[in-house]
Amino acid sequence: MIATLAFYAFAAVLIGSAVMVVSSRNPVHSVLFLILAFFNAAALMLIAGAEFLAMILVIVYVGAVAVLFLFVVMMLDIDFVRLREGFQRYAPIGGAVGAVLFVELIFVLGAWRFASDAADLRINPTPGGSVSNTQAIGRILYTDYILLFQLAGLVLLVAMIGAIVLTLRARPGTKRQNIDAQVNRTGSVGLVQVPMGAGLREMGILRPPEPDAPKPIAAPADHGGHH
Amino acid sequence: MSDFIATPFGTLVITVAQALALLVPLLLAVAYLTYGERKVLAAMQMRKGPNVVGPFGLGQPFADAIKMLMKETIIPSGASRALFMMAPMITFGLAMIAWAVIPVNDGWAIADINVGILYLFAISSLGVYGVIIAGWASNSKYAFLGALRSAAQMVSYEVSIGFVIVTVLLCVGSLNLTAIVRAQEQVWFFIPLFPMFIIFFISALAETNRAPFDLPEGESELVAGFFVEYSSLSFGLFFLGEYANMILMSALTTILFLGGWYPPLAIVPFTWVPGPVWFILKICLCLFTFVWVRATFPRYRYDQLMRLGWKIFLPFSLFWLVLTAFVLKLAGWLPA
Amino acid sequence: MPQPTLLAGYFPILVFLGIAAGIAIAMVGGSILAARQKPDAEKLSTYECGFEPFDDTRRRFDVRFYLVAILFIIFDLEVAFLFPWAVSLGEIGWLGFLSMMGFLGVLTVGFIYEWRKGALDWE
Repeated sequence: MIATLAFYAFAAVLIGSAVMVVSSRNPVHSVLFLILAFFNAAALMLIAGAEFLAMILVIVYVGAVAVLFLFVVMMLDIDFVRLREGFQRYAPIGGAVGAVLFVELIFVLGAWRFASDAADLRINPTPGGSVSNTQAIGRILYTDYILLFQLAGLVLLVAMIGAIVLTLRARPGTKRQNIDAQVNRTGSVGLVQVPMGAGLREMGILRPPEPDAPKPIAAPADHGGHH
Repeated sequence: MSDFIATPFGTLVITVAQALALLVPLLLAVAYLTYGERKVLAAMQMRKGPNVVGPFGLGQPFADAIKMLMKETIIPSGASRALFMMAPMITFGLAMIAWAVIPVNDGWAIADINVGILYLFAISSLGVYGVIIAGWASNSKYAFLGALRSAAQMVSYEVSIGFVIVTVLLCVGSLNLTAIVRAQEQVWFFIPLFPMFIIFFISALAETNRAPFDLPEGESELVAGFFVEYSSLSFGLFFLGEYANMILMSALTTILFLGGWYPPLAIVPFTWVPGPVWFILKICLCLFTFVWVRATFPRYRYDQLMRLGWKIFLPFSLFWLVLTAFVLKLAGWLPA
Repeated sequence: MPQPTLLAGYFPILVFLGIAAGIAIAMVGGSILAARQKPDAEKLSTYECGFEPFDDTRRRFDVRFYLVAILFIIFDLEVAFLFPWAVSLGEIGWLGFLSMMGFLGVLTVGFIYEWRKGALDWE
């Protein structure tokens, strides 16, 4: 009874915040409503008994993906007035794409059948006994579904390489610290045994420049100053 | 009485009472952590520290609280008002709700959920929101830069914290926090997993923005980082949230590595002391180390910070995770 | 309904959330009520070491921060895959172990790539 009420409450908030995601004017508010939607989806999974998925949804989607979204909408300088101007121009194309997707969705849903044992599986997300939801996933994910699991790894690899290729730009003129080079530096520091009372000039080391020798060229200007 | 507890309303009343029994001492502990930190820092620098308000300066936290209460709440003119007020509440609220799952003694966890450690991991990954929202809503350059740094820093160290937690889970075989502590009845995990213990502790410093990783606040360059525009108790909430997070991270270290409520040796003088006292003592030890580190180390540079997180901790903890799994599997020590 | 005990375990979290929100709002509200509010334009302006703010704060910034966020998502997913593996490793045999090693191996290739490309370097 309480669980049913909770389900409807969370589902209602979920749908409401999903509507707000697409309708709010400020994209930052959109992302914040998206986060609210994620939380409610996690609560729905909890009600269905899928504890692990609920927590992973919060960790991955709210804790990582939405952070990236927030980064992008907060910090990219998006000109919203110009975005609205484009709306008129792109509306027909967008509408056409949306219509195609909608028709496809109708086809998919029309052919949809629940598996015969789905009703039993839905209320039983764990195989019973003392096995927790997480262990139940672990028992089959890495052995029975090994191929899909490896594919997931490859998808992540592609994402990683793609992100680097798209965003990484080598910037000339920046300074980097190479700790190995610093530690292994030899030759520039030396230890010399100096006879007592001989004076440095006679030894031929640390000699100041002769008065008539050409002055060393001044260092380029961009090396000066602090960082 | 038992009939009353069985009703939904009775459950609510009992749970509220339990929650208050945990949160009120926690808030007091936070207040006295600020006092303790100043005293310890002062002792390490051969000063006296707060000593005017009350005996030994013990009234200082309350004096600070009243001072903050009586300050004007300033909302900068360029700020997004709602988000600006929400950000400190997020930081504070997250630090509070995480405590719902902490087992102070065997069976004392108020919400004894199966996936307790995942819950804490989720809460700590949400901590970044208070910072980002504060930095953005302030509409100030210092706040914004501080938030940006802080977000990238928290995110970077979260990965190695995840690997460390997985390594501990390999030795436990459950995500329940009570089960994690019970698995350490014989030997605390910081002995077999010592390198991971060190990585976890340092990552916890970075995750809570503590010295030497306090770049987001960096007084000398960013004035106060993401909360530069905050005043009054909105600032106070950030302050409370950060210190509550420190206590939370210490509690997590205690649960994962220092044997929770178990005494160091199961012999007579130690077993007389009840479990919660051990738990609190271990938290205090961790907190003292937090302060000790702050008094000892200079602040990291940002490139060094990122290098440590991504190029040293991440590969090392991943390697150690694989090694632990392999050894446990080979020796057949995995919990069934 | 399914598993009432499981849901009952999560109920205290809602209670904690309510109490935390209550305390936070009471503190901020109490401060607003207790303290004298006397705003003026100069006081409410953004802090910028005494200057007038030069330009808008919200502008583009180093793409490197996006890269960190994207890499974090990938590694976070990797950790997410590790959790069920860690608690069930005792039951899934060497096949399960090697399966995870393959997964980690693929991602290590990506990690080495980003290291060599200098994506992890800051200056």
